[in-house]
Amino acid sequence: MPVDIDIEHVARLARIQLTDDEKARLKVELGVILEHAARVGEVAADHITPTAYAIPRANVLREDVPEPCLPVEEALRNAPDREGDRVKVPRITEIGS
Amino acid sequence: MTELCDLSGAALSAKLAGGEVSAVEILESSLGRADAIDDRVGAFLTRTPELAHERAEELDVYRATGAPLSPVAGIPTALKDVFTTNGVRTTCASRILENYVPPYDSTAWARLSGDGAVLVGKTNCDEFAMGSSNENSAFGLVHNPWDPTRVPGGSSGGSAAAVAAGEAVWALGTDTGGSVRQPASLCGVVGLKPTYGLISRFGLIAFASSLDTVGTLTRSVRDAATLLSALGGKDPRDATSLDGDRLDYTEGLEDGVSGLRVGVVAEASGEGVEPGVRTAVEAAVERLAALGAEVAEAHLPHAEYALSAYYLIAPSECSSNLARYDGVRYGLRAGGTHADSVAMMFETRGQGFGPEVKRRVMLGTYALSAGYYEAYYGQAQKVRTLIIRDYEAAFERFDVLASPTSPTTAFPIGAKVDDPMAMYLNDIFTIPANLSGMPAVSVPCGMDDQGLPVGLQLTAPVLGERTILRAASALEADLGLGLRPPILA
Repeated sequence: MPVDIDIEHVARLARIQLTDDEKARLKVELGVILEHAARVGEVAADHITPTAYAIPRANVLREDVPEPCLPVEEALRNAPDREGDRVKVPRITEIGS
Repeated sequence: MTELCDLSGAALSAKLAGGEVSAVEILESSLGRADAIDDRVGAFLTRTPELAHERAEELDVYRATGAPLSPVAGIPTALKDVFTTNGVRTTCASRILENYVPPYDSTAWARLSGDGAVLVGKTNCDEFAMGSSNENSAFGLVHNPWDPTRVPGGSSGGSAAAVAAGEAVWALGTDTGGSVRQPASLCGVVGLKPTYGLISRFGLIAFASSLDTVGTLTRSVRDAATLLSALGGKDPRDATSLDGDRLDYTEGLEDGVSGLRVGVVAEASGEGVEPGVRTAVEAAVERLAALGAEVAEAHLPHAEYALSAYYLIAPSECSSNLARYDGVRYGLRAGGTHADSVAMMFETRGQGFGPEVKRRVMLGTYALSAGYYEAYYGQAQKVRTLIIRDYEAAFERFDVLASPTSPTTAFPIGAKVDDPMAMYLNDIFTIPANLSGMPAVSVPCGMDDQGLPVGLQLTAPVLGERTILRAASALEADLGLGLRPPILA
């Protein structure tokens, strides 16, 4: 059976504004994809260790040496909006209560 | 008529070294081809003829001093538009990065550029490399040079089409679930996905970090080996990059397949494989046997679960990686006034991402959300372990595993766009090598009855690049296909 998903909730978590059409289509499509994907549960027994990376590496370190970094102008060149040497964004605090 | 741009990188490099041609002449041939046909192919999102001319002229001056040249020097090269290029727009075929001009080079491009390769442009692809037909690009279709009504495959569709049509001598792509090998198969070129971590991912705009692999698209196996030799080796800027120096992968390339143990993957020959693909692949395996390989049937019993695991792992990692596109520091910011920054992010992401990217971000967000993580992502990671064990068992008996690269040849544009599951099945034979990190190559092995190319996939254990390149080279020499797509007629 296709999986039933709370699309509004997932879209809020993903920070994506969706149209009503998109929500309706995604609800159906994701339900079908997840039904197929859930098959992993058929063989993934408790005693099997999960793999995050096929070629695991741990504690990859390098010398802590300062290197040149991007000049401010370069770093800000792609910013959608700026004020002085800072990126400018709309209000980030909540209004009122 | 064969022109300079139709030759292999190896042939061009020899001509350059021998003083028969200049880098500018080679470049002009390649640019001329793109001028003549790219309106029918659509391989490029950005072309860089002026930069390329400057580079080729510099190289000719350098060459005149008699200094030795790298085998990649002077070769017209295309990059999938997911590799950052300092000062050259890099879009990932997405509205959200439509005007992004990176201030730095990816390591892969920095290495080729440092060796004198000439960038001719950035190629079209599926948005953020998510797709198998190039139909998910925000900036238009790519047409297969073998039949312009058909897809080139994806996601590195522009790179594969550009190389097949001579618009570039070779190209880089990326392969997260088959995105180099599948388009290579559908366009009749060689597609190599090396071992995970062998080529640095620094400056490769991330899709799914535990699977993303830089790969090459070339018209010969030797050229794939040459590019890999220039690209490999430790990069301190990528913590997952493997230790070790650059190696020369052209060594031993022509040593043949005598005694090579080839396992034919039984799970990749059943239902869903087109008859034309099956016939060509079986014939190719018979040729390997005739050349001295020992051929027997191999099994990957958990392969049937690979697609399910992939469609949990890749979207989960993608939903995390693509969180950075928030309209704050770079990329698109939705216009108008916004109540606050969060409202701006919702609108920016709603406008900036296309349907497939939204689908995968939503899928991954769900799979990682509270209450579902263990059932989906956690279980998928266990399946990944089972698939690696399958390979380890198979490689006790075999040096190389053989299968079709893709169950089909190039399909008509539009045929699968409304059915995500049907589209995802294109990658069913390529995904296991990404989950296991193992190297795999797609090499042209024949045509179906519609005159469309078929690719044979050869897979080896971790760091077994030399073995699959040697086998692919033997097959290439034996078949002598001399592929030339009809668009060049």
